[in-house]
Amino acid sequence: MELELRGITKRFGALVANDAIDLVVREGEIHALLGENGAGKSTLMNVLYGLHAPDEGEILVDGRPVTFSSPGDAMDAGIGMVHQHFMLVPTFTATENIVLGSELVRGGGLLDRRRARQRVVETSERFGLAVPPDALVADLAVGVQQRVEIVKALLRQAQVLVLDEPTAVLTPAETDDLMRVMRELADAGTSIVFITHKLREVRAVADRITVIRRGRVVGEASPSSSSEELAALMVGRDVRLTVHKAPATPGDVVLDVEGIRVTDGAGTVLLDDVSLTVRAGEVLAVAGVDGNGQTELTRAVVGLQAVDAGRLSLSGEDVTGEGVAGLLARGVGYVPEDRLHDGLVGSFSIAENLVLDLSSSPEFSSGPALDRAAVARNAEARVAEFDIRTSSPQAAVSTLSGGNQQKVVLAREMSRPLKLLVVAQPTRGVDVGSQEFVHQRIVAERDRGAAVVLVSTELDEVRALADRIVVLYRGRIAGEVGPGATQEELGLLMAGARPSGAAAASATASTATDPERDSA
Amino acid sequence: MRRLRWGGTWLVTVFAVVGALVVGAVLIAVGDARTRDAATYFFSYPWDTFTEAGYAVRDAYAALLQGALFNPALSGTAALGPISETLVNATPLILTGLAVALAFRVGLFNIGAQGQIILGAVVAAYVGFAWDLPAGLHLLVALLGGVLGGTLWGGLVGWLKARTGAHEVITTIMLNYVAVNLLTFLLGLQGFQRPPYGQAISEAVAPSARLPLLLGPSLRVHLGLLVALAAAVGVWWLFTRSTLGFRLRAVGANPDAARTAGMAVGRLQVVAMAAAGGLAGLAGASQVLGVTGSVTGSVAGTVGFDAITVALLGRNNPYGVVAAGLLFGGMRAGSVQMQSATGVPVDLVGVLQALVVLFIAAPALVRAVFRLKPGGARAVGSELSAGWTR
Repeated sequence: MELELRGITKRFGALVANDAIDLVVREGEIHALLGENGAGKSTLMNVLYGLHAPDEGEILVDGRPVTFSSPGDAMDAGIGMVHQHFMLVPTFTATENIVLGSELVRGGGLLDRRRARQRVVETSERFGLAVPPDALVADLAVGVQQRVEIVKALLRQAQVLVLDEPTAVLTPAETDDLMRVMRELADAGTSIVFITHKLREVRAVADRITVIRRGRVVGEASPSSSSEELAALMVGRDVRLTVHKAPATPGDVVLDVEGIRVTDGAGTVLLDDVSLTVRAGEVLAVAGVDGNGQTELTRAVVGLQAVDAGRLSLSGEDVTGEGVAGLLARGVGYVPEDRLHDGLVGSFSIAENLVLDLSSSPEFSSGPALDRAAVARNAEARVAEFDIRTSSPQAAVSTLSGGNQQKVVLAREMSRPLKLLVVAQPTRGVDVGSQEFVHQRIVAERDRGAAVVLVSTELDEVRALADRIVVLYRGRIAGEVGPGATQEELGLLMAGARPSGAAAASATASTATDPERDSA
Repeated sequence: MRRLRWGGTWLVTVFAVVGALVVGAVLIAVGDARTRDAATYFFSYPWDTFTEAGYAVRDAYAALLQGALFNPALSGTAALGPISETLVNATPLILTGLAVALAFRVGLFNIGAQGQIILGAVVAAYVGFAWDLPAGLHLLVALLGGVLGGTLWGGLVGWLKARTGAHEVITTIMLNYVAVNLLTFLLGLQGFQRPPYGQAISEAVAPSARLPLLLGPSLRVHLGLLVALAAAVGVWWLFTRSTLGFRLRAVGANPDAARTAGMAVGRLQVVAMAAAGGLAGLAGASQVLGVTGSVTGSVAGTVGFDAITVALLGRNNPYGVVAAGLLFGGMRAGSVQMQSATGVPVDLVGVLQALVVLFIAAPALVRAVFRLKPGGARAVGSELSAGWTR
């Protein structure tokens, strides 16, 4: 089936999310839709999937115009979508999830579970998508859950499969597996629209690439283009993908984490005997697939998460159990992974967010009153210094783009003299242009003598910024490697395999490995 | 952007009041005997029905307005009686509305204003009749006693939430029952109850602790009004100018970010609930010291709950609360005149009040009815649900 989008325009008020976009997806091809966050990729796919009605333009299936007013219409026309966040019921089995919404019924309104299971098995075998039909979805790994979503779409006779940022949650090995599946599906005649902002993956798997910037198609590219060419197309100017930094000159130990253990309310161990040290003037990167304890580690280090065991010290002083306010006062800066959830108050102005943790400091207050003039002066200075693109420092921070919001967080944290900077996912949802800036500021902070802990799931970012890398796997440190580690080495550690090249882990970080877990 | 949105909110508020008055007009017409008589021959002379309905509605609303603002039939200060009553009614509504709004801004849904008023009234009354202090000082101490009573009652809620995670909606409602029953107990207790112990009424507050009347002995409006207006300015200053208010707003808008920025979220919630309780307690004190002079079982009336609608209509904004308090206070005052002059029951005002809030809670409805542009006001329900989930 051939799918064509012709002149699709979608406006939200004054914002033109899609501006006369043309896109042709041929039968059996993998068509990558490449663009930064906010470029309009998801809007376009929501138009295609019947979630938004286009203001102009039309959708053609095999040359015939069609209108979709709901996802049901799109599914009937053979379009399937795998969302970035899976739409699965965790307490249902894989089979139940797959047939949900198109259940097979026997006489008397009973579900025909046997036939449903059989169809699931057939479909998954035909496309090489291994799915355990009777396992509860909650027990499945993320990569397998994604396969459940794909089988679900295929079972509904999807001939065009839209994958929205499918690799964001996958390990490198799972990503490779997904790419193999995509290739097989395409060879079997299914068309695939692959939405992503990851250049490496696009070049590895796509047949054709359409680049979208600010709601418009800015060009087509072939998979043989270099990453620099693709990035330049995406951003609209030349982008340096590598971060220039001098070799680290580590000083005294700033952060010393000794055997900390964190459990949640239900008793699940989230961090188990994690030890690491970070010295002044170096970047320690914590790599790993999302959800392996990184969040808990950063929260424990900045005092937001109580530890059940272990010790935290800052420049030799024991700070275990010290609250956030105390740690901030000791010179800890924190850039949380979800900035709108933890880092910013969305309805507050940029100026207010820039002093969120400093409102009572003598600099910004006079007695019980907020010194509004000082707050405004500070905002003017930070907006200029960090190149925050806004109409006014008094604008609500929620009106900014992701990259500019991140700059607000960075500007605030870096406005104090820092001993330790903890940055989690610093470029998540940040456009490529701002990523460069964010990376430079992190390196600048290191060069100024701060110890930096960088938590990231983006391997390119980890390797570009890190002086040392530790990998977290299921709440434990799976190993430590240098910044020159290959993708494969990191990938193995992230998947929990025993490190081969990591035996020579540096003496500054002790690695805790669990043989039983490693064999998994 | 901000201004536009505020404009949209403002319009919705105005139209909500208009909409409520229109629905109220229908009720008046239906309840009017002459209109109903005219409707029996509607198909012969349809116009008669409309004229009669028009007269009924005009007379009722004119009486309502007159009873709330100015009575031209009387001379001298007596003509100001209605506006004085409006202000007397508005005073506790404003103070308690501020108590609800303040907590709201910090993400807490304070349904316990009723209990906080009672505690404030009880402590203020006790100080007022049991202690013997010089005039002026006595009043001040009695007022502070009222604030203290409410502060403890509200602060307890905040402490329970911060310490144990108990939801403030549940605890405030329960503490309302405790307060009501505490009051009933006290009103039967020697030393609090007034001799000869036949009625459930407290000792009378000493004259030295009474709030002075503002416009002479024949009008009831008292100094509490100015206290309420000062409190509104104080709450405005707190939220827009102070560092404490900055932190309180941050906790209300995004408690996670506030915690990450090193703020003691639990402690700030206690502060907010204590301050809210203090304002409600002040309302109770002002009622006892300014209007009734003693405590009875109905000292709080329904003010604690009406205040929630005042805060909603005022969009949790101190100035809005003052305006809403005056509006509802005026409707209260005017309803008496309306009933005696036209026979329309005072309960109509309760209906109007409920309709206003209903319209505000459903801005989409108001926009559809009056064909306003979309994208203005947020539903009040969204603020409510924020109060629920935190």
